[in-house]
Amino acid sequence: MAHSGINVLFEGTNLTRLLLGMWTTFKIAAVAIIIGLIIGVILGILRTFHNPILRFILRIYLEFFRIVPTVVLLFLFYYILPRQMNLHMPGTQVATLVFALWVAAEMSDIVRGALISVPIHQKESGLAIGLNRFQLYRYVLVPQAVQLELPATINLVTRVIKTTSLLMLISVMDVVNIGQQIVEANNQKYPTGVFWIYGLIFLLYFLIDYPLSWWAGRLEKKRLEQANGE
Amino acid sequence: MANEVLKVEHLEKYYQKKHVLHDINFSISKGEVITLLGPSGSGKSTLIRCLNGLEDFRNGEITFENKKVIPNEKNWQQLRQKIGMVFQSYDLFPNLTVLDNILLGPTKVQKRNVDEVKQEVDELLEKVDLLDYKNVYPRQLSGGQKQRIAIVRALALHPEFMLFDEVTASLDPEMVRGVLNIIQDLADEDDMTMIIVTHEMNFAQQIADRVLFLKDGSILEDTPGKEFFKNPATDQAKEFLQSMNF
Repeated sequence: MAHSGINVLFEGTNLTRLLLGMWTTFKIAAVAIIIGLIIGVILGILRTFHNPILRFILRIYLEFFRIVPTVVLLFLFYYILPRQMNLHMPGTQVATLVFALWVAAEMSDIVRGALISVPIHQKESGLAIGLNRFQLYRYVLVPQAVQLELPATINLVTRVIKTTSLLMLISVMDVVNIGQQIVEANNQKYPTGVFWIYGLIFLLYFLIDYPLSWWAGRLEKKRLEQANGE
Repeated sequence: MANEVLKVEHLEKYYQKKHVLHDINFSISKGEVITLLGPSGSGKSTLIRCLNGLEDFRNGEITFENKKVIPNEKNWQQLRQKIGMVFQSYDLFPNLTVLDNILLGPTKVQKRNVDEVKQEVDELLEKVDLLDYKNVYPRQLSGGQKQRIAIVRALALHPEFMLFDEVTASLDPEMVRGVLNIIQDLADEDDMTMIIVTHEMNFAQQIADRVLFLKDGSILEDTPGKEFFKNPATDQAKEFLQSMNF
């Protein structure tokens, strides 16, 4: 047991480093999600307006972030922005920016979809009591849309958290990158260490994502039950 | 006429190429109740939806309280506080409790004092026997209860004029009476000016001061209620009353 692979986790500061890496990952994801969701809701609302130019621009934005793979986006922002636009940002900021823009794009589509699936009668009866457009969105349409789109939003969040595992590609010291370093440094002493390191990383991601996924499923089920009970 | 609430002149409505309302002319005075009758698809709903700006119209003029309505969103938004409307499908907001559904207009649109409005809402709910349901969500109510709340929601804005668009059409038969009684009370006690689209002929006969009979988008008859049911002038109206087993 002297050289059992699990001990790699307790060698030196390995465990602390991994957890700090997870914290970096979590911070980037959390900031990107919060900013992205706020921008996404606003863009989603704008996309329900009847201004063709605005709709076209926002559509292009959405399609760009949806079609281009996240890895490419990360490289694009990390390598090309500094060179072409002389904009130097550390990897964590680039990552936060890319993820926030991606979340905003996806969220705008979720919000738009939810808003247009609120029945037209709801809009009319809101207008009939004298609500203006802002009030109509604020009190009637957005609250109902949020309820409709919450499961999709939670699923988006879990996808974002999972995708942060790409951050090592732009040299962010996230949990995967640190894990990789530890594996390489300890390869001689702990040949099976790789299994334990990635096992722990798996567990950390699972612990964050699974409850979210469970929550989304539960909300969806509840909503369907309610809809059928009407 | 001095006490004229609403006047419609030469109103035309198209859906794309389809001409759905032809040269509509009528007026309604304070306290008068008009029922709008006619076969399905004759344009009744479209007409009353034009009267609070939910449908735009191509030509013609609407005058409300002796002021010509300039049909833009801002004006309609002001006018809708005075012109209450209740729909067939009730359309309470499912994300708000009964009380909040009713408070939304008076407190957010009219910015009236919340406590004052709440007291008034209690009285209105008491009147329609639904005070106990103040804090429940619409999904917990029956169709008839929802429709009574929808009427209270419209009345809470202190409208001068009410539009009812087939408000009993999707209710179970035993729920219909309760809703109609509320409308009848509005006519009798509050002297409310109303235009009612309905398929309940007995009710129409009972409440109507005047009947507008609409067919294929034109007003074929504009007659006092009693006379219309006893002695309709046009064959189309006779046929219609017969088809309604009246």
